[in-house]
Amino acid sequence: MTDVYVLGIDMMKFGRFPDQTVPQLGAHAALMALDDARLSIVDMQALYCANLGQANAMIGQRILQQIGQTGVPVINCANACASGATAFREAWIAIKAGLYDLVLAVGVEQMGRGLLTGAPTHGIPTEGLLGSGTMPAVFAEAGMEHSRRYGTRFEQFAKVAVKNHHHATMNPKAMYQFETPLEQVLSAEMIAYPNTKLMCSVNVDGAAAAVLASERKARELGLGRAVRVKASVLTSDPWHERGQAMADINTCTRTAARQAYAMAGVGPDDLDLVELHDCFATAELLHYENLGLCGDGEAGKLIDAGETALGGRIPVNVSGGLLSKGHPLGATGIANIYEITTHLRGEAGQRQVEGARLGMTHVLGLGSACAVHILERVDA
Amino acid sequence: MPLPVVPFLKIPEDGEPWLEGCVCRRCDTTYTGQRLACARCGARDSLETKRLSRSGTLHTFSIVHRSFPGIPVPYVSAVVDLDGGGSLKANLIGVPPDPQHIPFGLPVEVTFADALGRKDRNGNSYLSYFFQPRTAR
Repeated sequence: MTDVYVLGIDMMKFGRFPDQTVPQLGAHAALMALDDARLSIVDMQALYCANLGQANAMIGQRILQQIGQTGVPVINCANACASGATAFREAWIAIKAGLYDLVLAVGVEQMGRGLLTGAPTHGIPTEGLLGSGTMPAVFAEAGMEHSRRYGTRFEQFAKVAVKNHHHATMNPKAMYQFETPLEQVLSAEMIAYPNTKLMCSVNVDGAAAAVLASERKARELGLGRAVRVKASVLTSDPWHERGQAMADINTCTRTAARQAYAMAGVGPDDLDLVELHDCFATAELLHYENLGLCGDGEAGKLIDAGETALGGRIPVNVSGGLLSKGHPLGATGIANIYEITTHLRGEAGQRQVEGARLGMTHVLGLGSACAVHILERVDA
Repeated sequence: MPLPVVPFLKIPEDGEPWLEGCVCRRCDTTYTGQRLACARCGARDSLETKRLSRSGTLHTFSIVHRSFPGIPVPYVSAVVDLDGGGSLKANLIGVPPDPQHIPFGLPVEVTFADALGRKDRNGNSYLSYFFQPRTAR
């Protein structure tokens, strides 16, 4: 099977764009990615489009109405917070299968403010009765499970927010660019213990898009700034003892990471940087272990030692992560791939991980869907 | 007569309410409510209805300080492993909303009470389940 390359990729600066429609935001990112690849919409043989909030509204087709109705197959894709990575992966699969040489993947989301609401309830609302289904609480409970097992402290979770907000000060496309010292994170409004407001991802509007190519096509067009997709994995949560009461975000991530390392023929020590799903600060520490960046029980030590900060042994979320760059659900998976690609191209400016050759992206859609990609620099 | 907050909460004409689940005869896994097949081993026609235990232990929790509009805070959202199988999430009551006072592994009891006065659009009352420390009674 052919190798698959990212030829072009880009993301909008994340923010709030109430005057734009979802298709307009998606179309904007699609054109940016096409420009980055120096290609046109007429070169694209298929479109995979990720969006959650309007999953029934044919967003992909409406993007093409904005930028070129070429009649190609359009696949709209919803997979919770893994939607963008799933669309990217479906594009990868289609090229692997030999169906197409050039495919466009777009992720886009327009978010309200505040807590995400779950499915509509019948009868009476059960929030605050049968515990909490709010995302900050759900991921707090997962973090507290880690505290129970390893003694992980509130301050250690909070350090994730300090680090990621610091990283975002170097990312002009992040929603926020400000420092949040530890004291400020700890004393911010408590949302769901141990997640304070600064330990929760930011609801923003945003879009990101990527042009994927077969090896034949990539070589024909010139490998130049191309990046090779070394692994693409998607998992769901297997049966778990406690799955009925709390979604298991760990096992599906561990399985995806293991499969991705095997597919790429590399190990965690080979990675130069990671963009992982820090939807809440508690989640980031769990995923250090789930992705094999440290041993089980060592995540607290890893953040204490600064090893996951820019300049550390394995920088994590140098984009600012979902905590500070922002988390437009459907766009997040492709935005993470944009960040890694930008470092592999050596174009990340102030936050560049020097000499980056190999990077990993990870997203986790609660319920659960986990996608992991490993990307490699190409020496043309 | 109140309605059950979830279908697997059973309210008899007289006597104590209970939580109903099922257990797989093949792999001995317990579920809350009913399933078409065993989610663990895939077996069909292996599930037997059973009453879930009213005692368990606290696995993990969060203290919720910001919730949806109109939901009173703070409250303790707790995940409990029931003795004899099955896990549930509900409010943990009878403890201060302070992590210092909520030990992991706390023995809890499942209690049944009115759903905090919440009614549906037809004015029906609901019966819900809660956790409280076993020593609190």
